[in-house]
Amino acid sequence: MNDAQTLAVEVAAIEQVTPLIKHFTLTSADGGALPAFSGGSHIIVVMRGALRMHRNPYSLLSSPHQLDAYEIGVRRMEESRGGSHFMHDQVRVGSRLEIAHPVNLFGLDKIARKHVLIAGGIGITPFLAQLEDLHDGTVPYELHYSVRSPEHAAFLNRLREREDDKVRMYYDSETQAVDFDGLLSNQPLGTHVYVCGPAGLINRVITTAKSCGWPDSHVHWEQFSAPPVGDAFDVFLARAKLTVHVPPDQSLLESIEAAGVEVPYLCRGGVCGFCQTRVLELDGELLHNDHFLSDADKARGKNIMPCVSRARCKNLVLDL
Amino acid sequence: MNTLFKPDETFRDDFSYRNSAQAIRRFPLPFPEDDYMYSVNIEPHVSGPKGSVVEFAFDVDEHYVAECRERELVLAAEPLRFQALPHMLSAQWDCLELIMESLARDYPAHFSLARRSNHWRWINRPLGLDQQFIFGDVDTLPRQPLDYIGRQAQGDFVVMDQREGDLWTEAGMVTTQADWSLDFDIGMTFKEWHGPVPLAHEMSVFDRALKYLLNLRLGQPVRRLNWTMTVHPRLDTSPENYPKWGPDRATVTAQNAGDLVHLRVELQGLWRLPRSNAIVFGVRCYLISMRELATVPKWARRMHRVLENLHPALVDYKGLTRYRDAVVEWLAPYDDGKPTSPGTAPE
Repeated sequence: MNDAQTLAVEVAAIEQVTPLIKHFTLTSADGGALPAFSGGSHIIVVMRGALRMHRNPYSLLSSPHQLDAYEIGVRRMEESRGGSHFMHDQVRVGSRLEIAHPVNLFGLDKIARKHVLIAGGIGITPFLAQLEDLHDGTVPYELHYSVRSPEHAAFLNRLREREDDKVRMYYDSETQAVDFDGLLSNQPLGTHVYVCGPAGLINRVITTAKSCGWPDSHVHWEQFSAPPVGDAFDVFLARAKLTVHVPPDQSLLESIEAAGVEVPYLCRGGVCGFCQTRVLELDGELLHNDHFLSDADKARGKNIMPCVSRARCKNLVLDL
Repeated sequence: MNTLFKPDETFRDDFSYRNSAQAIRRFPLPFPEDDYMYSVNIEPHVSGPKGSVVEFAFDVDEHYVAECRERELVLAAEPLRFQALPHMLSAQWDCLELIMESLARDYPAHFSLARRSNHWRWINRPLGLDQQFIFGDVDTLPRQPLDYIGRQAQGDFVVMDQREGDLWTEAGMVTTQADWSLDFDIGMTFKEWHGPVPLAHEMSVFDRALKYLLNLRLGQPVRRLNWTMTVHPRLDTSPENYPKWGPDRATVTAQNAGDLVHLRVELQGLWRLPRSNAIVFGVRCYLISMRELATVPKWARRMHRVLENLHPALVDYKGLTRYRDAVVEWLAPYDDGKPTSPGTAPE
């Protein structure tokens, strides 16, 4: 995609819902309806800061049946490279932002016999939209939502309003934890499990599901990696015949874009594989941070996801 | 386009279908060069030149009324030409919205759509329909959503659910197909569905196409052209009815090929659907006889060269084996050996 295909939105409301999470309501700048979407979709929010541009993915948490506004939750990241800080500190009610059309990389399986949803912290957001579809459907589901403490339970009111007995809360502060073995070893055939939250939670669910004999096709997860901060390095773009410097707090993709070279992308979080780029030469090592390439592919070092991955190298040449 | 419909045309029995001079000029020739081989020839489905078949999302042309009537005949005889698995209902509504919105926006003289929240009113003037219904409530329409709107559009529609990193053919309305069957293919994955296509698998065309389509974006539809040939302007060349049209291929001679043999071009469009996250694959069929095509000298030269040099596996797959030589012979006098200009424009 490129920015010509973004939608202009206005921030209609901002609410601090936990010490770390702000809830933003976005309406179309022209006052019309926003595009319909499916539960689990995310949007890319384009933020034009004074010094640089940020493009961050956020799951839509609002109901897919309500198209007069989109809602997102933004957690303030401690090691932010600026995107979440921009949303928290500089965006006000009335601010204009650009967003890309929704993309769904985390949809509910339509032929599942049952859905088990597992959320950790800010990972609740895609499930809030999906619950709207599940609530009136006939497919059984359950949601397990764990947070640090009651004050960190974002959108708890919204869950309580639903009076949904299929939602179960777990508070670390009260030493409550999901019994993953119990949960995943005792589900009917045709159940799909979905997990969104911190890496530790996702890995725990994936490994537990595997040991319980779940087929990979029934285990779904989504975690948008923020591009990590790292050491600066230089990259040569073979087709553009251009050397690009990648500073510590900017991603490889952002640096290439800032140099005026377009790279196709969708999620900017290491999930979709759309920005996969061929590595033509490398003297050093690639620091893969994506969830798309297999371990074997990462070891082979022939491809890189510039949205989240970096390099520690003397020389790196990309097929761009 | 200022369309004058030809409601009495037929695609069976006396085959009275013809293209006007205007329809010939806008025919979507699928050969940008004098040679043909597969490619993943996908491009954004954006608005093309005024009057062209890609000016709008769905092309409505002079054959609209006649094609809708032909479709009704096929569905009445074989109801399984429309099928939708139960989990595809939201995708059916998405299709209905896409088609109604597009037609009403692009052809306001022929179609209109009024939406007040979920209460919709749809007017189709060429077919004389005026329908009020509640979007999302199947009981307020005379048929299932795709069955309802599919009968009011030219071309076939196949709806694919996306899951497990694949696309599953799980709903559709298919009455103008080039020898494939929805009833046979329903429930198949993307590569199973395309299993019979020769050479393309070895060229990993389907690996690349699938990867591309899994990332197809909302609001950014794409299109491509495909082609084959058909004896008589027959829209419904289905496997189910092979005994009705298969033998026609034995009747082609170098003398009658100009009138009997038609180039059959599919304008294929792919849209991501918003609520269901499914993909709808539209296959719009255009037919032109060799005699009509030969009124454009460049096209006659190019058609002659493409057919003469076509890879033998493609000749077989497209079902041309019995009559390709006759068509080449009929076209030969139109090929003076001069070079053709690049692109498909008539010159």
